[in-house]
Amino acid sequence: MIRTQEYNLNFGPQHPSTHGVFRIVLTLDGERVVKAEPICGYLHRGVEKLAEARTYTQVIPYTDRLDYLAAMLQNWGYVMAVEKLMQVEVPERAEYMRVICGELSRLASHLIAIGTYSLDIGAFTGFLLAFRERETTMDLLEELTGSRMTLSYARIGGVADDAPEGWLDKVDKFMDQMPACIDEYDGLITGNEIFQARTMQIGVLKPETAINYSISGPSLRGSGVDYDLRKAKPYSVYDRFDFEVPLGTNGDCFDRFDCRMKEMRQIVRIVKQAIEQIREIDGPVRGKVPKVIKPPAGDAYAEIETSKGIIGYYVVSDGSPKPYRVHVRRPSFINLGYLDEMLRGYLVADVVAILGSLDIMLGEVDC
Amino acid sequence: MENLFVGIADGLRSSLGGLPPELGEAIVMLVKLVAILVFILVNALWLVYMERKVAGYMQARIGPNRVGPKGLLQTTCDIGKLICKEIIIHKDTDKVVFMLAPVLVFVPTLMVFAVIPFGKNMAAIDMNIGLLYLLAIASTSTIIFWMAGWASNNKYSLIGSMRSVAQMVSYELPMVLAILGVIMITGSLNMSDIIAAQEHTWFIFTQPIAFLIFFIASVSECNRAPFDLIEGESELVNGFNTEYGGMAFAMFYLAEYANMLVCCAMVTILFLGGWHAPFGLDFIPSWLWFFIKMYIVMFVIMQLRWTYPRIRVDQLMGFGWKVLVPLSLANIFVTGIGMYIYRAIGW
Repeated sequence: MIRTQEYNLNFGPQHPSTHGVFRIVLTLDGERVVKAEPICGYLHRGVEKLAEARTYTQVIPYTDRLDYLAAMLQNWGYVMAVEKLMQVEVPERAEYMRVICGELSRLASHLIAIGTYSLDIGAFTGFLLAFRERETTMDLLEELTGSRMTLSYARIGGVADDAPEGWLDKVDKFMDQMPACIDEYDGLITGNEIFQARTMQIGVLKPETAINYSISGPSLRGSGVDYDLRKAKPYSVYDRFDFEVPLGTNGDCFDRFDCRMKEMRQIVRIVKQAIEQIREIDGPVRGKVPKVIKPPAGDAYAEIETSKGIIGYYVVSDGSPKPYRVHVRRPSFINLGYLDEMLRGYLVADVVAILGSLDIMLGEVDC
Repeated sequence: MENLFVGIADGLRSSLGGLPPELGEAIVMLVKLVAILVFILVNALWLVYMERKVAGYMQARIGPNRVGPKGLLQTTCDIGKLICKEIIIHKDTDKVVFMLAPVLVFVPTLMVFAVIPFGKNMAAIDMNIGLLYLLAIASTSTIIFWMAGWASNNKYSLIGSMRSVAQMVSYELPMVLAILGVIMITGSLNMSDIIAAQEHTWFIFTQPIAFLIFFIASVSECNRAPFDLIEGESELVNGFNTEYGGMAFAMFYLAEYANMLVCCAMVTILFLGGWHAPFGLDFIPSWLWFFIKMYIVMFVIMQLRWTYPRIRVDQLMGFGWKVLVPLSLANIFVTGIGMYIYRAIGW
C-alpha cells in the first residue's frame, strides 16, 4: 500500500501568473487541488484612508491607482459619486468625452486581460499581439490626457480638457482597424484546439452562485446572467448607443474569456457611435463647479460598469473640503470570493487558467 | 566539397602515418568527437538566437539586433553574463546531486551525436545497433531532470520533475513503436543503412503516420511547447530548474536546444532521407543537405512553440496513451500487411 500525503504549495505572491502579488495557499493531492486559501493585501496602500486627508479633487489621482489598466473608469466612478453628492450637471460634451475615453480604457484593459490569459495558458504570441493594439490605445490616451496609464482625466463636473484637434479622427480610424485585429486574436487564441481544451468546462461558475457571490462584470456575464450596468441602469449617455451585451452559456473559463473578446467588438461599436454623435455637440467640457469643492453634508453612492465588473464609490461628506469617508466596492476583490470552491478538484495548471479568467487587478483587490 | 570532412579525416590519418596505427586511429577519433562537441555547443548557442529571431518575427517585433551584426553575438554575451553570475545553492538542497545535474545534462546528448551520420560516411562511429543505442541513451536524460527537480527541494521543481518522468515514459513508447515501422522496412538498426534505404523514396511518404507520431513524440521528448509541461513557466514558475541560476541554469537551457538538435537529426535520418539530395540536386554536398533538412524541422518546431498554448498534464497523458500508442500499433500492423502484400506481388 502506497502512503500518500497532501502538501501545501505556496502559490505567490511572487509567481508569474498571479497577475501581481496575489497569493494562494494550495493544499494539493498530487497535482489536484484539495483546498485553496486566497490571501491578499500585499499591495494594500490604504487608498480609502488616504482619501480622507485630501480634498475632493486630490482624490482623483488615487483612484487611478486602483485599476491602472482602465484608469478612466475608476476616475469616472468617483467623480460620479461626488457629482451626485453636489448635484452638479455635467455638460453633454463632457459626458461623451467620458464615454470615449472610458471605452478606450476598457479596451486597453480587455486587451491586457486576453493577452495575459493566453500567456497563462502558455501561448506567448497572443500576449504580444494584444499588446500591439494596446500600445495604439495608450498612444491615443496619452495624446488626450498626457498620461499613458494613470489618466486622471475626469474632473468633478466634467473632464480635464477637450479632445485635441484631429484626435477624434484618429480614434475613429483606429476603431476601423480594430475588428480585423480582434479577428486575428480569435484565429490565434479563441479558435485554438488546445486553448479550448484547456479552458472549456474548467472553473464552472453557475449563474445562481455568481449572483449569490455578487460577482459582476464579464465573469458574471460568462455565466449567462444578463447584467451590464450600461444596459440595466444606463448612466451617463449610454442609453443613446446601440450595443449588445455578450453572454456566455456554460460559465466556464472559455465563456468568460470569450465574453471579453466579444465585448471588445461592442466597444468598437460604442466608440464609433459616440464619435459620430459628439461631432454634433458643441459646448464646454466642464460644468459650473465652485473653485473649492465643498459638498453639503450627506452621502452618495455611484456605481459604473468597469472592465472588471461593477465598481461603486460611496462618499460621505461632513461639509468640509475633504471627504469624511470614501469607500470603494472593488469588483476584482468581490469576484475572488468564490475562488476556493471554484479551484477545488482541478489541477495546478487549471488554477492559473481559472484565476486568469476572473481577470483580477491587484491594485483594486488590495486597494 | 562532397568529401570535405571525410577528406580532412583522411588527411589527418595519413599525416599521422609515422605513429603506430592504434594511436593514429585514436587521435582521429578524438578529433572527430571534439569537432562534434564544438559543433553542438556552438549550435545550441546560435539556435537560441534563431529562436529569438523567429519569435520576434512571429510576434510583430524584431528580436535581438544590438550586439554584433544583426544581433548575432547576443547569445554569446548572454552566456558570458551567465558565467559571471554566482550559482546560488540554497541550504536545503542535496548539494552533490544538485550540482551534478547541470554537469550531466549534456552527457546523453553528446553521446547520442557520436552515431549520427551527418553526411555520406560521416558518422563518427558507424554502429550496427545505432538506433537502439540512440534511444537507450536519449531516455536517460529523464534521470537528470529528475535529479535536478528532486535535489532542488522545491515543490515546483518536484512537480516539474514528476511530470518529466511521466511524460518521458508515456512518449518514449509511441516514439519507439513509430520507429518500428521504419525498422521493419529496412531490416536494420544501422543509421547508414536506414538512410541508404531511402535513396528513392523517403520514409515520410511510405510511413506518414509513423512520421507524425514520431514528430509529436520527439517534440514532447525535448520538452518543447506545446508539451513544455516540465518547465511550464506560467504554472510551475520554471519547473525543474526553478532553483538554478547562472551557468547551471544556462546548461539546462542550452541542453534543451542540443536535445532539439538530436530530435531534428532523428526526424531527418528516419523520415526525410538523411543526407540524400531530393530532385537529384547532387551538386549540393550531402552533409549540407542533412543540415538544411535538420534546420527546416527545427524551424517547424520553433513555430509550434510560438503558436500553441501549453497542453495540460492529464491531456498530455491521455493523448499519449489513448491516441499515439494505439495509432503506432495500428501502423505496425498496417506496415506488416503492406510488406506481406508487397512481397507476394513480388515487386
